[in-house]
Amino acid sequence: MMIEKTVKIVNNAGLHTRPAATIVKLASKYKCDFNILKDGLNINGKSIIGVMTLAAEMGSELLLTFDGVDEKEASEEISDYFNRGFDEL
Amino acid sequence: MKSFKQIFTEAENKITGIAAAPGIVISKVYLFTKEKIKINDGEITDIDEAISNFNEALVKSKKELNKIFAIAKEKMEATRAAIFEAQVMILDDPILIENIINRIKSEKRQPEYIVNDEISKYQDLMRLSHESYMKERAQDIEDIKNRIIRNLQKRRWKSKITNDLIVVSDSLTPADTILLSRCNVKGFVTDHGGVTSHAAIISRSLNIPAVVGTHNATTTIKDGDNIIVDGFHGYILVNPTEEQIIFFRKKLIHLIELQKGLEEFKDKPAMTNDGHEIQLMANVDVTGEVDVVISSGAKGVGLYRTEQILEELGEFPDELEQTTIYSRLSSRIYPDDIIIRAFDIGGDKVKFLDFEEPNPFLGLRGIRILLENKVIFKTQIKAVLKASKDKNVQFMLPMVSTIGEIQRSKELIEECKKELKHDKIPFDKNMKVGIMIEVPAAAVMAKEFAMEVDFLSIGTNDLIQYLMAVDRGNDFVSDLYQEFSPAVVRTISHIVNEANKAGKTVSLCGEMAGDTLAIPLLVGLGLNSLSLSPSTIPYAKRIISKFSFVKAKELSDDCLCCSTETEIQQKIEHFFKINNITRTRNII
Repeated sequence: MMIEKTVKIVNNAGLHTRPAATIVKLASKYKCDFNILKDGLNINGKSIIGVMTLAAEMGSELLLTFDGVDEKEASEEISDYFNRGFDEL
Repeated sequence: MKSFKQIFTEAENKITGIAAAPGIVISKVYLFTKEKIKINDGEITDIDEAISNFNEALVKSKKELNKIFAIAKEKMEATRAAIFEAQVMILDDPILIENIINRIKSEKRQPEYIVNDEISKYQDLMRLSHESYMKERAQDIEDIKNRIIRNLQKRRWKSKITNDLIVVSDSLTPADTILLSRCNVKGFVTDHGGVTSHAAIISRSLNIPAVVGTHNATTTIKDGDNIIVDGFHGYILVNPTEEQIIFFRKKLIHLIELQKGLEEFKDKPAMTNDGHEIQLMANVDVTGEVDVVISSGAKGVGLYRTEQILEELGEFPDELEQTTIYSRLSSRIYPDDIIIRAFDIGGDKVKFLDFEEPNPFLGLRGIRILLENKVIFKTQIKAVLKASKDKNVQFMLPMVSTIGEIQRSKELIEECKKELKHDKIPFDKNMKVGIMIEVPAAAVMAKEFAMEVDFLSIGTNDLIQYLMAVDRGNDFVSDLYQEFSPAVVRTISHIVNEANKAGKTVSLCGEMAGDTLAIPLLVGLGLNSLSLSPSTIPYAKRIISKFSFVKAKELSDDCLCCSTETEIQQKIEHFFKINNITRTRNII
């Protein structure tokens, strides 16, 4: 089983350093694998340097994949953080 | 035998610089390059060692970043602080670390090559972005990459540099100087920097000959060359001829004899020939220097630069560590006094903020940083108080420019005393507190400032720099850094007179006190206490013993009427001549 979720960047500043750090911190709490896909680039979501590389500006779409025992909880918490515009709305 | 002038005029292999620390040395060169990071992509045989080096570099980098972070957090806006947090997180990035370690195992190449290659891949991706902030982010990543590589390489040069070499470098940070001096470095030569650059000061206090500001030493001198460094005159001879070597060997023997002759002054007070005693205290930069202080015949420590502990440790020491260091020093110096100066961070010393201030010398430094970071300041105050229990410790505040700063510092000192009292920890209730006079505003207001404290200490390096509006580390203007400018002489005179009016003691602890040429003038201006590099103290005692206070007073009165530096220098040189005083550099 694997959960896939498509999310959109909705805040003005995009996926900048602070949210990148928060995403990694959230992901690290879970056991499941977590990847982010954007424009053919597949990044491990537990790698800060990887997430920083995504350069996702406002309006861009990302595909999040979760695979592992706690994939459900992880997918909910992380996609929710994206949908809240990283609490910057 | 040829004269020095002849030898040098004939020499085709000479380099001229600024004499920064006295002494002569003949030895082989270690060319210390650090500006451009060179990546060694060589193959390795010991994979376990490479991985453990990599892990160590990560730990070291984390320690450094946390040090920066500790203070930056209080000062910076959240967005900048997030970048630090992300940098720290990169050092813990499980994917990145795993990739690097796997590649070290499979490719069997130097960790620095793998680190560079792996992190650069991410940077290339970031640079592809059309967003300008992403390009900046690539720069942030560059910092962390270089930090890891630097920490990987530091291990290597430590083992690569053998003992007894002369270090030739573009420039040297205080930290470099201290680290290198542990390899028993014989001399320092740099392209940049002036007499009062911190590296020059440390060379003097460690008794290592140094010539700075040569402009082209690193391009002319090659690794492994044999050179002669003359730290009295500021000359270097590259791959010297037989004649030059013989000439300087003789000078060296002469120098050693002269230094033996100076030992007779060791246990004598520094006294003019009409019986006026001058207290000569020592400046201490490095904790290990106390032995030099004691053997120099100094009367206590007039300036202990605590920021050097940060250089040595690479992080802020906690209260216990500081208490141990200060207590050990104060008991070694007992019954003489030791003046401990609060951390003077900022400017060119101890850069711990990762953001660039547009004007660091006019920015957050000295007491300004301490009052912004009360936790660090109070930790230090308490450690100093604890070390004061034998009543021979005094505490000094750097870079004071307003009375408010003194009052706020005193309030914090009172708070610390209350807390110690509450915990029943012994300390000197009457520990003297003084300030450095190094900002022109404090010089002008010397009397009023003096009323607030127990003593004043003139820091000439910064005072001259701020008075003349000249960056002492900038070669282009460093000739405007004039110790004997009439403005400097009159300002010192003003400070001494104002301190006397307030009934407070005043001393001088800048590099000017270590310039033997300045000594008669300073004595004449009424300074009864000077603090200087321990290695200079015997030389200073010899000079003081050769003139009278009355004559020195006449000299300083004369100098106070001059309007150019040249006039003042001529008057001083004339004074040396008529009183038959020779400076060491002229005897050698």
